[in-house]
Order: sequence, then structure tokens, then C-alpha cells
Amino acid sequence: MNHTAKRLRYVLKRLLQAIPIVFAIVVVNFFLLQMAEGDAVDVLAGEAGSATPEYMAELREKFGLDKPLPVQLAVYLKNVLAFDLGYSFRHEMPVLDLVLDRFFPTLLLMTSTIVLAVGVGIVMGLLAATGLNTWRDTLISVFALLTYATPLFWVGLMFIVVFALNLGWFPTSGMENIAAFYEGWDRVWDIAHHLVLPTITLSLFYLALYTRLMRASMLEQAGMDYVTTARAKGLTERRIMFVHVLRNALLPVVTMAGVQVGALIGGSVIVESVFAWPGLGMLAFEALFSRDLNLLLGIFLLSALLVVGVNLIVDIVYSWLDPRIEVD
Amino acid sequence: MRDFWKLYRRNRSAVGGLVILSLVILMAATAHLIFPEDPFRLAGKSMQPPGEGGFLLGSDSLGRDVAAGIAHGAKTSLFIGLLATIVAVGFGTVMGGLAGYYGGRIDNLLMRTTEMFQTIPSFVFAILLVAIMKPSIESIVIAIAVVSWPAVARLVRGEFLSLKNREFVQACHTVGMGDAQIMLREILPNCLSPIIVIGSLMVATAILIESGLAFLGLGDPNIMSWGFQIGAGRTLLRSAWWVCTFPGIAILITVLAINLVGEGLNDALNPRLRERQ
Repeated sequence: MNHTAKRLRYVLKRLLQAIPIVFAIVVVNFFLLQMAEGDAVDVLAGEAGSATPEYMAELREKFGLDKPLPVQLAVYLKNVLAFDLGYSFRHEMPVLDLVLDRFFPTLLLMTSTIVLAVGVGIVMGLLAATGLNTWRDTLISVFALLTYATPLFWVGLMFIVVFALNLGWFPTSGMENIAAFYEGWDRVWDIAHHLVLPTITLSLFYLALYTRLMRASMLEQAGMDYVTTARAKGLTERRIMFVHVLRNALLPVVTMAGVQVGALIGGSVIVESVFAWPGLGMLAFEALFSRDLNLLLGIFLLSALLVVGVNLIVDIVYSWLDPRIEVD
Repeated sequence: MRDFWKLYRRNRSAVGGLVILSLVILMAATAHLIFPEDPFRLAGKSMQPPGEGGFLLGSDSLGRDVAAGIAHGAKTSLFIGLLATIVAVGFGTVMGGLAGYYGGRIDNLLMRTTEMFQTIPSFVFAILLVAIMKPSIESIVIAIAVVSWPAVARLVRGEFLSLKNREFVQACHTVGMGDAQIMLREILPNCLSPIIVIGSLMVATAILIESGLAFLGLGDPNIMSWGFQIGAGRTLLRSAWWVCTFPGIAILITVLAINLVGEGLNDALNPRLRERQ
């Protein structure tokens, strides 16, 4: 079998492995949300203020909430397969539309965060590893230690105090200045301007993580036999570091970037709520308090799919970067 | 024990961490003596800057003393962090130990479960659990333990897996020791140090999760906590920066101290690891 076919089979195999996990997540979340006291009808009735029991029963029947649990679950699973994530009673919109509507801001925030964290993390890890035990290394270690211990929401608030309220460099919240009706590049610039503080806040923790990882990885690679060989060939230290060691040291950082996507979504709930960034994290938080069960299920399913998808991509990228990894 | 302290003392920042942590514990223990009144109580004029109106760290929009809140919040943070870690480490050790020792179907089930937990965004999952169970100390502890135990289980499983085929364990089988006795008296003591290290670092993570939950309004409404203080003060950012700032510093210092202690424990308990790095 040739190499492309092998790789294709590997991708297929990984896809099949992901299915039970996604299925389990859907089932677990479904039952958890069933545990919650009160359903969407209670919320609607509570808001209306004067709902008769007959009217509530009628509503439950309409939404299928009166059916036995296994039936509700089966219906939900069937719908998920058809990309129908149900209906949000609170927003009076299909969940899929709502989720897709809020998907772009979160994707934008996460992409810029990963790019910043991985990019700067690699550079800082490199600086720390090449200047081992100098002030540079110590400074970077102290920075990593501090960021590990800082709550993200607090950093976000402090950034707002310093850079938005006192210095006035960045806006305090939101994704764009809607009142200004910007179009084209002006709008892009406006969104980028709003993106700066949330991105820096969210990327801090991962920045520290990738820095440490990159430093450890560089040090591990520097002790390998191929480095001695390269040195014996008479290559300069600079060339050995930046061409040979760097390339091999990148592998664990790439893997880690994939593993951390789940945690990144958790972080984005916090950061989005601090900066009123209109993404999925904000939506999940709103859904929680309006007891919008279908909407929450949709967001969870989507974030789980996102994590599974990213991990799959990372595995494929990894097998491509490191040919030693068996694909079959 | 003496050897351990000797090794621990070599790491100066770990000693520093221990000193800071002791001070935080002291603050938590004496909170009811220094600030005998309820921290939710109206203590004076509202929105007082630090040092004015008799408030060391200022007051918030309802005239609550920020310093009193921090002292009482220390109790909450340490208590929840410790309790959630004990539950997570206990459950994770049992699950991981059984899976590693017996292998087979239990092991398979455990691995699939932990894989699922790695896929679920854990903080969002914790939010969901607390919201479903209604915010209270118990629900927060359960939620943090639920998202934390898989890491412990994986670690313990690995340790049990590598230890169970060692000669000393085989010798125990030969002399007719029961499975339970072998697991508890022979294997478990040999993997205590990594469990202690992961546990100490987990207390720090638990405190961060607790503060995040309280910040989002999912804290126990009857108990003062640092996250609650920051959440309540965020609307005052423009006019009263101190309400948010000081509780955040308290979290930062406490979590930093615990992390330093955890690293110190790691160095002292696994000296070989230290040399490799």
C-alpha cells in the first residue's frame, strides 16, 4: 500500500475512534441537564407571571417535554445526526442558528490566542533555553510562575483598569463599535482593536505553558546524539540550535496546542464574560441562567466536536512532521 | 523526615512559598478574631479608598470592608481547595489503582472515561454541574472534584501498572497475600510521592476554579470568597479600583505559594527528576 492510502486509512481510523467519545458526551450532557430542576416551560411560565397548569402542560406537550426520558434522548440523538440541535425557547430561534451566529467571534478569539501564545511561547522558550541560567532565563521562569497563579478574569479586569480606563488605548468591552457603522477595512481595524485585550488575557496562561514546554523540549533535544554529530561535522552552534534542535523541539509544542483546546474554551467563557465578547462562551453563560437546555446541549456538543476535530488535525500534522510515527 | 526537610530546604523559593502559605493559613485561622463581624455587614461609608474611613483596603459600594472580606475569603478558598483535592485524590486513587492493578475491562472503562473528560472543556463542565446542583459549598466541591479526579486516576494507574509486575509484588503473591493487602500495603506506599505532588498542585488549581465560579456568580451566596468580591466589584472598576484589585492579589499570592510548595515537594520527593531537568 502506498503512503497516501495509509495516511487516509489512519485519518479514517481516528475519525471512527472519535465517534464513541462524542456519543458519550451527548448522552452524559443530556442526563445532566435532565437532573436540573425545572425546564424551559417553568422559565417561560415564570417570566409570563400568570401561567395556568393547563397552559404549561400544553406547552410541555408542544415541546415534547412530557415524553419519557429515553424517548426524549432518542429524539435528540436522531436530531443531532441531522444537524438539528433543537429549538431555543428563550431566543425563539433554532439552536444551530444561534450557535453558528456566535461561533465566529469565539473562533476569532481562539485563533488569535493560539497564534499569539504558541508564537510568543516558542520564541520565549527559545530565549530561555539558549540563555540557560542567565537573567533572561530567570525572568522568563518568574513570568511563567506568576501567570500560572493569576486568575484570568482578574488579569482581564486589571487590563481594563490600566489600558482602557486610565490610558484609553483600547475599548473596555464588545467586539466592535456598532454605533459607528464601520465598513470594509475600517470595520476590520475596529474589530482588531477590540480583540487586543481579550486575546492577551486569554493567551497569558497558555503562553506560560508553551514557554516552559519549549524550554524543556529544547534542553532535551540539545542532549541528543544527532547534536553531537552536527557539532562533530563542524556546524556552528547557531546553526545547530536554530535548524536542527528547533525543528525537533517544536513537536511536543504542537501536540500540546491540540490538547489545550478544551481548556481554552473554558478560559474563553471567563474572558468573554469579562470583555462582553459576543461569542459561544458568553452564550453558554446566558443559556445557563435562562435554563435554556437545548441551547446548552448545542454549545457543549459543538465545543466537544471542536476539541475532537482539533485533536484529529494535530495528530495528522504530527504524523506528517515526524515520519517515525506509525500511521497504521 | 529529617532528610526530607534537608532536601526541601535546598529549594529557596519553596521555603518562601511555605512561609507565605503559612501566613495565609494564619490569616484564615484568625479571621474571626481580627474581623469578628460578618464580612457581608455594612461596616461604614461606601466606596472609601484604601486607608480612609477606617478601612485598610477600602470599602465597596455597599460599605463592606474589603480587608475583612479578604480575611474571611481565605478560609473559603483554602477549605474548598483542600476538600475538593481530598475528594478528587481519594476517588482518583481508588479508580486508578483498581484499573492499573486488575487491567482488562475496568482499565478500559477508566481510560475511555478519562478520555471523555479530556475532551469536555472542564471549566465549562464545572459551571454546568454547580448550576444544576445550585451553588453551595458541597456542589462547588463536587464540581471541582469531578473535573479533577481523571488526572489523578491516570497517574495512579500508570504507577500501579509499572509496580504490579515488580519482584517485591510477585514475592507478596508467593507468600499468599490478598489483593487488597498488596494494593494498600505494598503498592500504594510506593506511589505516594507523585500523589502528594499532584495533590498539592491540585489545591492551587481548585482555588483558581473556585474563584472563577464565584466570579461568575456561582459561589455559595452565604459565604464570603475572593472570587465573589471581584465579581461584585467589577461594575465599580471606573470609580473604585481597589474592590477588585486586592482580592485578586490575595488569590495570586496564595496560588503562587502553593505552586512553589508543590514544586519544592516534587524536588524533595523525586530527587532524580530534579537532576534530569
